[in-house]
Amino acid sequence: MSALDLLLEPLQYDFMVRALVTTAIAAVVCALLSCWLVLVGWSLMGDAVSHAVLPGVVIAYVLGAPFALGALVFGFLAVALIGAIRGTSRVKEDAAIGIVFTTLFALGLVLISVTPSQTDLNHIIFGNILGVSDADLVQIAVLATIAFVILVLKRRDLTLYAFDPMHAHAIGLSPRFLGALLLGLLALTAVVALQVVGVILVVAMLIIPGATAYLLTDRFGRMLVIAPVLSVVCSVVGIYLSYWLDAASGGLVVVVQGVAFALVYLFAPRHGLLGKQLTARRRTAPARV
Amino acid sequence: MTGPATLRPAAIEVADVVVRYGEVLALDGVSLSVEPGRVTGLIGMNGSGKSTLFKAIMGMLRPERGKVLIDGADPALARRRGVVGYVPQSEDVDWAFPVSVRDVVMMGRYGRQGPTRRARPADHAAVAEALDRVELTAYADRQIGQLSGGQRKRAFVARGIAQDAGVLLLDEPFAGVDKRSEATIVRLLKELAADGRTVLVSTHDLHALPQLADEAVLLLHRILFHGDVSEALRPENLARAFGLDVLDEGASA
Repeated sequence: MSALDLLLEPLQYDFMVRALVTTAIAAVVCALLSCWLVLVGWSLMGDAVSHAVLPGVVIAYVLGAPFALGALVFGFLAVALIGAIRGTSRVKEDAAIGIVFTTLFALGLVLISVTPSQTDLNHIIFGNILGVSDADLVQIAVLATIAFVILVLKRRDLTLYAFDPMHAHAIGLSPRFLGALLLGLLALTAVVALQVVGVILVVAMLIIPGATAYLLTDRFGRMLVIAPVLSVVCSVVGIYLSYWLDAASGGLVVVVQGVAFALVYLFAPRHGLLGKQLTARRRTAPARV
Repeated sequence: MTGPATLRPAAIEVADVVVRYGEVLALDGVSLSVEPGRVTGLIGMNGSGKSTLFKAIMGMLRPERGKVLIDGADPALARRRGVVGYVPQSEDVDWAFPVSVRDVVMMGRYGRQGPTRRARPADHAAVAEALDRVELTAYADRQIGQLSGGQRKRAFVARGIAQDAGVLLLDEPFAGVDKRSEATIVRLLKELAADGRTVLVSTHDLHALPQLADEAVLLLHRILFHGDVSEALRPENLARAFGLDVLDEGASA
């Protein structure tokens, strides 16, 4: 079988086409957002929020409300609880994050177990990219478009917030509002991505692309291009691998992203492990002569 | 670009400000009036409340008591007008952040731009002029962390210039800066004050003070002294500011 056949064969199936389109859409918004999350230092917060949205999604399912609404409510609730525990007790932030997100995630599991039609909801945990319906695809596309447009329009403010919130405040912007905006987008994007890789692995889509791009460039503008492109390529490769290996698609999407990060970590020209050593050797070489 | 004539007369007015962190009293009834057209040095040891005072002036924290006026107006209004420029301490900046020197200076223009902060020709011109003024034009496209300590400070001063801020607050600008860069920054700050700006510089570097400042403020949770630099540097005043009373008592005993 030729390489072209390898690429084209899965596309005969509607479910594979839907899976690839959905994955690509989710990969773009997640990767875009990840550039800021990595620089603000919100990786742990991303992990927390993406897990904590689970009960919100389940309740939204039960009530017939949009998943995004439930996710937003519980995303903000999680952050508020973390802040409250940190601010009003001697428990430190990392412990507060650990307590809040696991408890909310567990609450989600409990809710799933008592909600009829369990098969659907278990997909939220592990992702079910091959079972995406046309309606799911539309919902994901709408949410992703909203997040994408806001991120692109407000990219300079968000970058300022990540770099120097004091200056943002000094020129009359509200760091608090920008933080809340980033948080809202995080909850929204978590809903987009959980269809693809499931709640547990969403955080990978929200951290790895940005971290990988950060090792490849010193320009934030370029990060915003590199991260989505890389993420889409990795995700599509992951979906194809899952088709040919008959293995978990969500898992493979994340594994491929992790492998790409490892390669960049080692071989990136300036900030990679080997690249840094080469630069160091080049610098010391003239001194030895 | 705007010249000195268009700068508003800007000054900082702090009245009886009290700030408490839990049990710790950081500012205990601080009243201070900083005049435009001069460089004012804010002197105090670590933990004396210098950074807290800056935060109170910028409205980053709400004082328990007291009031701050900038340019005769509420600080929130002054901030929206772009009056307040801030040069952060080195420790507060992520120097590995993927922004260029030009990007940082452009951030000074954000308050004057539309909601997406799209730069117009006037913004590019202001940034180029600010970079020229701090002599960083050749470094404009470098990542911010690739500059020396003094150049980094100048990049942030350029941001304040591009912003056309009437009030400039600098938090420990000489920490980790070599002597030559320090002299460049001092000259720059004096020029900015001569333009009619209000320049308030916090430092615990007393050697640079006579060259830098037109007047000095000694702070230890409250204002101990405000006046001539030479008088501020008298041993008895410094002893109070740096909490050496205890030593004196020990010596006299």
